[in-house]
Amino acid sequence: MGIKTWIESWPVYRQLTDDDPLGRGSAAKSRTSSTLRPRITDADHVTKSICPFCAVGCGQNVYVKEGKVVQIEGDPDSPVSRGRLCPRGSSSLQLTTGDAREYTVRYRRPGGTDWEDLDLDTAMDMIADRVIASRAEGWQWEHEGKRVRRTMGFASLGGATLDNEENYLIKKLFTALGAIQIENQARI
Amino acid sequence: MAECHPVGFQWVMEAKARGATVIHVDPRFTRTSALADLHVPLRAGTDIAFLGGIINHVLQNEKYFHDYVVAYTNAATIVGEDFRDTEDLAGVFSGLDREDKSYDFETWHYEGGMVQAASGERDQVGSERVKESDGAGSDGARSDQARSDQARSDGDGSGGRKSRASGVKRAARGEAHGSGGAGISGEFETDETLQHPRTVFQILKRHFARYTPELVAETCGVPEETFLRVCELLEENSTPERTSAFVYSVGWTHHTVGVQYIRTASILQALLGNIGRPGGGILALRGHASIQGSTDIPTLFNILPGYIPMPHAESSPDLTTFVSAEKAEKGYWAELGSYLVSLLKSYWGPAATPDNDFCFDYLPRLTGSHSSFETVMAQLEGECTGFFVLGENPAVGSANAKMQRLAMASLDWLVVRDFSLIESATWWKDGPEIETGELRTEDIGTEVFFLPAAAHTEKDGSFTNTQRLLQWHHQAVEPAGDVRSDLWFLFHLGRRIREKLAGSTDERDRPVLDLTWDYPTKGSTDEPEAEAVLAEINGWDGHGTPLSSYQQLRDDGSTACGCWIYCGTYADGVNQAARRKPGTEQDWVAHEWGWAWPANRRILYNRASAAPDGAPWSERKAYVWWDPDEKKWVGHDVPDFSPTKAPDHVPPKDATGVAALSGTDAFIMQADGKAWLYVPAGLTDGPLPAHYEPQESPVANPVYPEQRNPARQIDSVVHPENRFQPSGDEPGAQVYPYALTTYRIAEHHTAGGMSRWSPYLSELAPAMFCEVSPELARERGLTHGGWAHVVTARNVIEARVMVTDRIPDLRVRGEVLHQVGLPYHWGANGLVTGDAANELTSLVMDPNVHIMETKALACDIRPGRRPRGPDRPALVESYRRRAGITERTGVDDTGATRTGGTA
Repeated sequence: MGIKTWIESWPVYRQLTDDDPLGRGSAAKSRTSSTLRPRITDADHVTKSICPFCAVGCGQNVYVKEGKVVQIEGDPDSPVSRGRLCPRGSSSLQLTTGDAREYTVRYRRPGGTDWEDLDLDTAMDMIADRVIASRAEGWQWEHEGKRVRRTMGFASLGGATLDNEENYLIKKLFTALGAIQIENQARI
Repeated sequence: MAECHPVGFQWVMEAKARGATVIHVDPRFTRTSALADLHVPLRAGTDIAFLGGIINHVLQNEKYFHDYVVAYTNAATIVGEDFRDTEDLAGVFSGLDREDKSYDFETWHYEGGMVQAASGERDQVGSERVKESDGAGSDGARSDQARSDQARSDGDGSGGRKSRASGVKRAARGEAHGSGGAGISGEFETDETLQHPRTVFQILKRHFARYTPELVAETCGVPEETFLRVCELLEENSTPERTSAFVYSVGWTHHTVGVQYIRTASILQALLGNIGRPGGGILALRGHASIQGSTDIPTLFNILPGYIPMPHAESSPDLTTFVSAEKAEKGYWAELGSYLVSLLKSYWGPAATPDNDFCFDYLPRLTGSHSSFETVMAQLEGECTGFFVLGENPAVGSANAKMQRLAMASLDWLVVRDFSLIESATWWKDGPEIETGELRTEDIGTEVFFLPAAAHTEKDGSFTNTQRLLQWHHQAVEPAGDVRSDLWFLFHLGRRIREKLAGSTDERDRPVLDLTWDYPTKGSTDEPEAEAVLAEINGWDGHGTPLSSYQQLRDDGSTACGCWIYCGTYADGVNQAARRKPGTEQDWVAHEWGWAWPANRRILYNRASAAPDGAPWSERKAYVWWDPDEKKWVGHDVPDFSPTKAPDHVPPKDATGVAALSGTDAFIMQADGKAWLYVPAGLTDGPLPAHYEPQESPVANPVYPEQRNPARQIDSVVHPENRFQPSGDEPGAQVYPYALTTYRIAEHHTAGGMSRWSPYLSELAPAMFCEVSPELARERGLTHGGWAHVVTARNVIEARVMVTDRIPDLRVRGEVLHQVGLPYHWGANGLVTGDAANELTSLVMDPNVHIMETKALACDIRPGRRPRGPDRPALVESYRRRAGITERTGVDDTGATRTGGTA
């Protein structure tokens, strides 16, 4: 570094000679910070999304690089939110990519004292068997002399955090199986 | 709102910048209060008294919007002679059956027309109606919207009451009337001068006359001058030139009188002319991304998609009987048959034919309330042995959390699908009952499957926001590992069950084997195409062409539609929910962003934004109006009215359906076309709101001798782990001397399942705390930053103490009332942990909608941490003993025997 460059790199010098007399912008920038780039600039693509927390429905832009979500920001196009996100919405990146996410099935056998591993295919097969068994056990053709064609054997809780399409399949499948105890957060 | 819906609150601030006055009524001072012009702290659980006081002020001072009230509400309708008000019967309405905790609505009807039971026992009445009038219905046109807060009633002139269903049975019907207005018929007498003593208007005046500023002060703890200031601000701002809006959340719904809270606001807003007009309304701010959607396409026991009631065993033997009983004589709900048959075609496709009632028999039947709280009881009793928990956390997030866990410990199997190992997945190894010794891990027989769930970035799908707006989120990345969407889980679970049952000749298996279940899949995980499911929800005709409006639906099996109110969201084969024309490139209504049900309409009842003659009430508030040259309704929104029905239209005498509504009947879902100030049928706990104290309250009801809502739903949840406390001046009430309320803060989300695992959010709000006033801190020796424990008849929890003026003491009935505030975000798992507030709450419910009371109860608070191990339940038990609590405490009502009230 020459003496001239050295002097010119001085914040005070830059403050006096540049357009930043108060020293709160470019004059105060270090070399490191001047080379920083937003992580969204080299994203491969942006996916349009909606915040998963409350029901305001703020627009989100999901930035993806090499098949991974690298940032989630408010969508300025949304007439609902105009680009803003609250503290919860701003934590969407942590919610979706944080190390608290579980990625494998966990299984606890009756009386078991800890989790065990179980592959997804086996788990799905076991759950299907359990549903069929509980359904049969709790089956009622009649209740107090009236035809009911239902099962009281299993119940489902949840849906307000899910998509409409998911709720549709829950209600459709479980109703066809005869279950009536289908509920979600709207009740609480 | 600034705490729980901060980004929505930007519009309140925008309005404030343009001159709006913001009033915040809340027991605690929040970020909303900080930005409001006026913060009004009141005692939790007294909003009916507060709003009733404003109604009284409006009526006494003639501040109502006269022309709006006469034209658009039922103020002029005359009520039958048999009705007796709370003024006549010491705080209850005519028709109360104390033993059953239910009302017979026979005496509530309008003069000249038989308005029969709507919600509560509509199924029974409906079945009678079929017998008596041979299904005499109309084929009138249909309403183009569904409203979850409206009642229906059937007027067939068939006369008196039929046999009574049990309290539980009738309670189960409280919400089933979700869609469609009341199908009343008959010639109702009216007096447009509003002078007849039995007009709704005069009844209202007498009913609310008791709600004076003095009584509001006594009941709510709001000083008279503050209360009067609110009245004046609201009245000044509710004119042809200006409108006022009410915004609420679960602070109004989590009560044994929650529906009546909303009713009180409805009465007030209708009197002030603030419904159907821009800047007006009563706006529910909902807490989850698609909680509106999960009500519209319900994962709820009592309704089918589009608010079609689930059939009841009592009264729904076949399709014709069901439709005749449930449909309305007038209004769009007359087309119920088309909506239901189209749904059955979506479910069962070619198997659903006219010859087999379109598989109507495949629908399971209800016999009472099967809400999540009755399900808890059924699990404890061993009747319900399997349980899916899908993105919900009842172990900390539901009322009486201990009962929720004990119920799960009674199961054979439990499936939990979530992002992380939430409390509902791990209670068997580290739940509070393990620590107290009440449960032993080795003895718990529940088999638990935890399946990791996909996030919104990992799947396609739509959320319906709090404004009924469907917005599509696109998949950004593939889910990793075993992570799958719930769409995948349901589809493949169904596929496997169908494979296992294939070839079965058991009649029981026909519904699931005949189900249409052939969604296209994609990718390495065979993820179902969410858009294909949306297309099924939208519906198609016999050629598979997507429908564009529910008015195309037919009851002959030629159309299929999975949710009639969502019909149009896939019009022209285009995903309308995915539309994203930037807001800056549209007008302020922004119709090209997403799609709002019904019919992409953004403000309901918007005919009321124009005067009876069709001209806007004012230029400033013009929204939808009649264009006399074009002879149609025009404006900024999709008109919520028959598009070419002139304002001066008078229907012929024999008209039915929508044709029977006049050009000024703006409230088109109601069969009389009016906003209901008085509800002649449809509510299970009274035609008018009345202030009752919460189930548990330190205060004796200052308004009536009746302490609690006499029709609250409580008998179905009496259980040793769900004991209730004495209240008011009942012996033992002083053991739990403080009011308790629960709430949320900006930094966490509901019960914490989506926020307590986030480092950012955890750092912002790191610990469970309780808010107490400096006076209460002194009284109980609590130290800011120290520990306290809070006790109710259910449990004891500990929390860090925040001594603050944010939760001020109030003067109620001449005495200082302390309130304790508790956020309910915490639990034992995650980065930041703490006791769950729901350990303290109980199961006791509003009878209309089966929602529990968690926003107002009573407690004790003491310094120091709670006991550990067996000492924890022992402390709770010692409180119960001191208060003299028995199985019947707070359950049995004796009526107006005490002397506390002023009636």
